Formats: sequence, structure tokens, C-alpha cells
Amino acid sequence: MTALRLTRKTLLALLGLAVLIGLWELYKAVGPLRGGTLFGVPFWARASNGALPHLSAVIDAFGAEEVGGATIIRGAAAPTVFESVLSAAGNSLRWAGVGFALGVVVGLALALLMDALQVLERALLPYIILSQTVPLIALAPLVTGWGQGLSIGPWEWQRWMSVSIIAGYLAFFPVAVGMARGLKSAGAVQTEYFRSVSAGWLPTLKRLKLPASVPFLVPALRLAAAGAVVGTVVGEISIGLEGGIGRLIISYSQGATGDPSRVYAAVIGAAALGLITAAIVSIVDLALRRYQRTGNA
Amino acid sequence: MSSTPYGSVPVTVSPAAVEVAGVTKTFGTGKHQVVALTDIDLSIAAGEFISLIGPSGCGKSTLLRIIADLLPASTGTVRVAGRTAREARLDRAYGFAFQQAGLLDWRTVSDNIELPLQLHGVRAKERRARGRELLEMVGLAEFAQRRPPELSGGMQQRVAIARALAERPSLLLMDEPFGALDEMTRERMQDELVKITAETSAAVVFVTHSIPEAVFLSDRVVVMSPRPGRVSTVVPVGLRHQADGSGTSGTEIRESPKFFAAITQVREALRGRELRVDEMSGDAHPGAHGAL
Repeated sequence: MTALRLTRKTLLALLGLAVLIGLWELYKAVGPLRGGTLFGVPFWARASNGALPHLSAVIDAFGAEEVGGATIIRGAAAPTVFESVLSAAGNSLRWAGVGFALGVVVGLALALLMDALQVLERALLPYIILSQTVPLIALAPLVTGWGQGLSIGPWEWQRWMSVSIIAGYLAFFPVAVGMARGLKSAGAVQTEYFRSVSAGWLPTLKRLKLPASVPFLVPALRLAAAGAVVGTVVGEISIGLEGGIGRLIISYSQGATGDPSRVYAAVIGAAALGLITAAIVSIVDLALRRYQRTGNA
Repeated sequence: MSSTPYGSVPVTVSPAAVEVAGVTKTFGTGKHQVVALTDIDLSIAAGEFISLIGPSGCGKSTLLRIIADLLPASTGTVRVAGRTAREARLDRAYGFAFQQAGLLDWRTVSDNIELPLQLHGVRAKERRARGRELLEMVGLAEFAQRRPPELSGGMQQRVAIARALAERPSLLLMDEPFGALDEMTRERMQDELVKITAETSAAVVFVTHSIPEAVFLSDRVVVMSPRPGRVSTVVPVGLRHQADGSGTSGTEIRESPKFFAAITQVREALRGRELRVDEMSGDAHPGAHGAL
């Protein structure tokens, strides 16, 4: 049953990919080379090789050698673009992972705090929502500024930590809001029952509120994972940290006037990051399956 | 269940299961104040089965929740087995069964029944043993590892009753536990409840809308009336003792003249109240009552 569903899911995903590739190449074949207008407004994107490369060119780009100016990885001479993208994606994944973990911890802590003290909910929630209206680009230099010269015990502040903090800044929000809602989602009867057996705050949290919040937690984690990746890419760019996928996209696009296929290669790398984090959340989802109240009858 | 964290429990000889004295309950303040209960006095003996019956808004569920210390009384006192209602709740002196079973869907049936024991730190081995015992009692042994959504409404309600009995309370508080069940299931559940309460000898306060149900189950039927909620009549019945051991079946009792006589008595007690309300309110509020 589940194996069958998994195969079907995989096939559908592959089909979706095939359709996407088909649409890409179709536009490449019939789209206007210099772009076009619709009702007098520029609408049709250019289909020239300079703007929209063949997919085969993007794949070829992965194998191409890194050129001097865009060298991201030091040491080994002239790695391929594929190696660069892989290593950059690996770095970004690490930073995003730290940011994600940070965001989840902070988000959960805020949600629990708001659940324990109703007063805090009214005090905190507006600021939590407000926090997401601050543009990340404005935040980045501030975070680097705070971090500079800071040291945690024997460890000095690393610049990637600023990126992780920016990632966490995006990631904590859905967790805090989703969990705050999830912790309230236990049924009225169940809540009254726990009171009738004089269960304290902690047992009620452990046996009732946390399990009941899982259907809210899993989508929140999914949003948080996506947020962490976006935060990492934007963070890298605005701080100017090298070695990650965000910086790679910028450096490739600077040399992209003639050959955009490398930019697409880097973008594919960034998308792969998103897929990996989504897969990690799906594992969490599977592990918590029995708390999802879908009812299997 | 014997030791309490409260040192000052008065040593009395078998105190009443529930002692309600001069309880009133008002919701809201000022102009929006609603009097839900006024001047309730009620004494329930150990092992006695009491039903609270009355139209919607007569405060029967409110009274049950005050006894359970899920709601505070505005004035008056409630004592449960010689303790205050709060002490009794903290001491888990009663089991509560709700109209909706209120089970945890992510737990198996046996884990649901063992929940109160787990919450109170009973060791796993003991818990399992008690869980099996209760599953046998409510006839769901083969469903131990299922989850609530796989069970019918009647089965879920039996799980909830087993859960309420897990800590061997001397008092069982039930808020329309069979209200959502069809008539056939309902009668079967009533038969089982009579059997179970005879086995456990717990006192029961049972809130219901159904006259036959109240009459079949109860030693005494407490008839309540609304606006403001109060006790209007208490009808003694006690037919259940014929069913709990002497071989008389539930059906035989339900078809006996005594049963019908008691039903008539309760119905008239309810009707009498309604007529008076009719006369009092005149045509000013047509349809403002008559919930039965």
C-alpha cells in the first residue's frame, strides 16, 4: 500500500519534471529571440541563447572548468562548475541547517512561553509579526556588526554565523506562529478531561498539547526550512560571504552576459538545497505520522 | 486512593459521596448577569446512582461541573467524600465521562485507558494489568491496540468510561455520556453501566435528557427546571437493583409496569414545571421554553 503510493508519488514527481523540461524547450523553440510584446507591452521573454540556454547547455556547464575570475574554491586548480556548485551547496546547507535549528528552537521556545503565560502572548505576538516586516537586506549589516569581535567562550565569531542568524530570523517565524496555534488546538473535551484528573502544566503539555500540535508543526517546519534556505542565500549575498551558493549565483551572473547557463547551474544547486531540506522535513513528518489526525479508519 | 496530601481530612464514618449545600452559580455581571443555578441542596449517598434531568438551560451540566471543580460555585459549598471539591479533584476522587468520548486519537485504546494512571506515575506493569482488567470489563479486549477513530461511537464511549474508572474512583460523574448514541446502542450501554456500577459500587451523578434512561439507571431522579436553574422534584426509583444480579434483564425492567409508572411520574414532574412557566410568561415569549 505505502510502497505503491510511494512509487506513484515518485512517478508523478518525475512527470512534473518532464513537463517542466518540455515547456522550457518548447519556449526555446517557438519563443521570439529578442522578446516580444503583448498588446503593446513587453511580455514575451527573450529566447536567445544569451537569455535562455538549452537545458543541454546547462548540463554541459556543470562539466565546464571554472574560470579564473570566478574561482570560489581555493587550492585545487580549476575545479569544474559542478564541483563548485556542489561544494557551495554543501556550505550553504550547513549554514541553513544551523539557522533552521536556531529558528526551530527559538520558535518553539516563544510558542511555549506564550502558551504558559497568556499575558506574554499579547505582548509578544505583535512584535513577532513585526519582525518579519524588517527587510533582510537591512538586517544583514546589523547582524555582522553585532557579531564582530564577539566570542562565545573560546570560539570567535565566524562570519557564517551571521548568515545562520539571518536564516534563523526567517525560520523562527512560522514555527512560533504555527506552534502557538497548535498548542491551542487540543479539543475542549480533552482539555477539560486533563483538568478533571488534575494533570499539571507539564504533563498536559507533554501528553496533550504537544501531540495535538503536530498537524500544525509539520507545515510550520516546512515553511521554516524554506525560509532558512532563502535566508542563507540572501544573507550570503548581503554580507558578502564567499563559499556558498548565494555568492556563487552572484559571481556567475556577473560573468553571465555571454553565457547564462552557469547561472542556471547555480540556481539548480540552490533549488536542490530546497529539495534536500524539504526531504528532511518529510522524514520528520513520517516519524510523527501517528499524531496527524487523518483517521485511518 | 486512601492517602491524601491533605492532613486534615475529617475522620467521619462513610461520608456522603457528594454533599451540595446552598450552591448558586451566576455567569457574567451587571445587566448581563445570568443566574444558572440557585439554592441547590443535594446529598448523594455512597454507592447511590443519581440522575439530573431537565430541559436545556436548567443548569444540570453546570451543577455537574461544580461538583467536579471544573467550575467554581458562586456561593455555597460542595463536599465530595468529606473533602472540598477542589481537594477531591486534586486527589482524583472522581472519574469524569463526557458527552463526547474525548479520547486521544494518537493513542491506542489501551493507552487511552491507562492515561490517568500514566499521568499519576503508576508503573507500567501495574498500568498494563489494570488496563487489561478494564478492557475486559467494558468488553473491548480485542480492540486494545486499535486507535479511537477506528471504533464506533458506542465503543469510544465505553473506552471513555473505562478510562474514568481506571483509578477506582468512589464517584463517577457522567455528562450525557450516551447522548450521541442511537437508541439500541444506548440501551445496551445502560445495561452495561448498571452492571459496571454494581461491580465497582461507585456513586454516580448522571446528567441526561432522556426520561427512560434516567428512570432505568437511577436510585433517585433529580428533576430540574430552568430560569433560574433549581431542583423542582426528586423522584425515587431504584429499579436497577433488580437488574444487577437477580437475573432480571434490562428489557424486562423496561417493559415492567413499575418502569412506566416511574416514567410518568418524572414526566409529570417535568411537565408541571413547564406549565407553570407557561402561565408565568404568557404569550410574551412564545417558544422560549419547551426544550423537552
